Amino acid sequence: MSNTENNTKEGIIYTGVPSKAELAAAPGVPSEERMCQGRVACIECVQGIPCNPCEGACKFGAITIGDEITNLPHIDEEKCTGCGMCVAACPGLAITIVNKAFNQKEATVDFPFEYIPLPEVGDEVDAVSRMGEVLCKGRILSVKKPKSYAGTAVVSMAIPQEFADEVRNMKRLPR
Amino acid sequence: MRVTQHPILGDLEDEKKVTFYYNGQPMEGIEGEPIAAALMNAGIRVFRTTAKRHEPRGIFCAIGRCTDCMMVVDGIPNTRTCVTTLKEGMRVEKQEGLERIRTGEEYK
Amino acid sequence: MKELTADVAIVGAGSAGLCAAYQAATAGADVLVIDENKRPGGQLFKQIHKFFGSKEHQAGTRGYVIGEQLLQKVEESGARVMLDSLVYGLLPDKSMGVISNGVNYSVKAKKIIIAAGAKENYMAFPGSTLPGVMGAGAAQTMVNVNRVLPGQKILMVGSGNVGLIVSYQLMQAGAEVVGIVEGAPRIGGYGVHAGKIRRAGVPIYVGHTIKRVFGKEEVEGVEIAALDEKWNMIPGTEKAFEVDTVCLAVGLNPMTELVWMVGCEFDFIPQFGGHVPLHDANMETTVKGVYVAGDVTGVEEASSAMEEGNMAGVAAVEALGYLTREEAQKKKDEIRSRLDTLRSGVFGEGRRKNKEKQIADMETYKEQYKEAADHE
Repeated sequence: MSNTENNTKEGIIYTGVPSKAELAAAPGVPSEERMCQGRVACIECVQGIPCNPCEGACKFGAITIGDEITNLPHIDEEKCTGCGMCVAACPGLAITIVNKAFNQKEATVDFPFEYIPLPEVGDEVDAVSRMGEVLCKGRILSVKKPKSYAGTAVVSMAIPQEFADEVRNMKRLPR
Repeated sequence: MRVTQHPILGDLEDEKKVTFYYNGQPMEGIEGEPIAAALMNAGIRVFRTTAKRHEPRGIFCAIGRCTDCMMVVDGIPNTRTCVTTLKEGMRVEKQEGLERIRTGEEYK
Repeated sequence: MKELTADVAIVGAGSAGLCAAYQAATAGADVLVIDENKRPGGQLFKQIHKFFGSKEHQAGTRGYVIGEQLLQKVEESGARVMLDSLVYGLLPDKSMGVISNGVNYSVKAKKIIIAAGAKENYMAFPGSTLPGVMGAGAAQTMVNVNRVLPGQKILMVGSGNVGLIVSYQLMQAGAEVVGIVEGAPRIGGYGVHAGKIRRAGVPIYVGHTIKRVFGKEEVEGVEIAALDEKWNMIPGTEKAFEVDTVCLAVGLNPMTELVWMVGCEFDFIPQFGGHVPLHDANMETTVKGVYVAGDVTGVEEASSAMEEGNMAGVAAVEALGYLTREEAQKKKDEIRSRLDTLRSGVFGEGRRKNKEKQIADMETYKEQYKEAADHE
């Protein structure tokens, strides 16, 4: 086997992107049902890294890592209000807030964004997948960068509902 | 190229500009920054040539270990430009192989 | 030659050295920190990403902010920090030769802590000496500390955390990263760091290496190729990129010159960057009174370097009587627990095992030494 065959292998250690199976097994990824009920944190954390700021960032006790700091974060779908405090707190930028029922046609994704320029409310931007592919257009709903986010902006974007499982960020804007 | 705006570090401000000379050409840099940074900002990447094969060398480690960025600074050869800070009026010259200390009128 | 004295002299004002200084000085010892650079902080100030770990490790805080807070603490602790000063020699009687602004000093201290850090590895390939090929850490220093972009179009070699993080930070500063090349069949660093790179549309070529860099006076392009299972390049798999910069993130190696010079015994642990000094749980080496902390003891990362610095600082002043055994033990237990946390999980496990081996080898050495002494 050549080392390059891994380029066609799935999984975060080969591609840097969690596979469908890894996402399905991640305790931080909420159910389809919950994502259709409104805003909820989608924690795509699939490797046992010693890290727990997300747990402390949640005022509602919806994220649990526990005493073993390498545990994967677990999301409590009932407690999570989709407030978004965990999005900027995650050093790995692995959390988004997904709402599959923003309106009849659109879903929303709130994602961390650490580039400049920032988009502005109302802008139409290129919405990208976990692999950076442009999938559709996104409409910017809000851009938040309070001091407590420590330099990370959290951008909320509306996209067509069919892309809600795939879109996780936007394409960088030209400087 | 200078990173004047940065999403995390903010805007670059209150920097004191100084003029230095690269091979006699006046250039602008920021006081106290490493000479190598000022040159890199100006797009200059070849800092010296090697003694035997006259190959070009530039910044490699930027922490004063590798000696690839040595130049003649104010007449003194083998000056590590990545850890030597820029001052007003400094004369920075490309170093060709192993040089002697440069003296003469221009250094008085 | 001017003479300086201290209870504890620390070589290096980086993550480990500053923490050691803080611990020793707050316990009441007279502390002198010596650093070659013009500014303290070592490599902390180029770390602009949020750190991992727990609250106790200041997780979620960006590295340079941790650096600013640490400097403030050290300043208030009363430790003296001597900058722009190079330690060029260390003798077994714990005297050091230091040159500072052309003046020679002899520094005599009761305890020495060496926290000299590490330097980047080099990788040879055709064109690797061309200007524009540089260490990833060098590029990081340029872009985050000096605020200068090393290039516009960049290829990164190495997918460990350094390669991933620096690629991201180069993009944050406005550069384009055309790809990351990784010789191993898998990505070396955290998946979440790799995820940021992928979302930005940057490919990661696992099982590939750099074949050559071309350019006359400086980098103009690069060619990469796929590797077979024996790490040989597979002909016909070459891909070329027009780039002006190639960054090498191919590991680091400890800067152990002073540790060798003073006569410490070493281990060879490739995952730690090669030769690393034997040390016990107190960070004390085989030369009594000489301690080590941070990357010089084996390359890890800033958070564990800080904790090792804390440990060495506490142990050194305990030995000098500034802390009682109980006081020191309490602090050491807390530090040990934080260190264990950092060395846990899928990425930390290997480092924990290596560190255990290093400390076990130290114990074996002590036994042998004791036996030899008993025979005399």
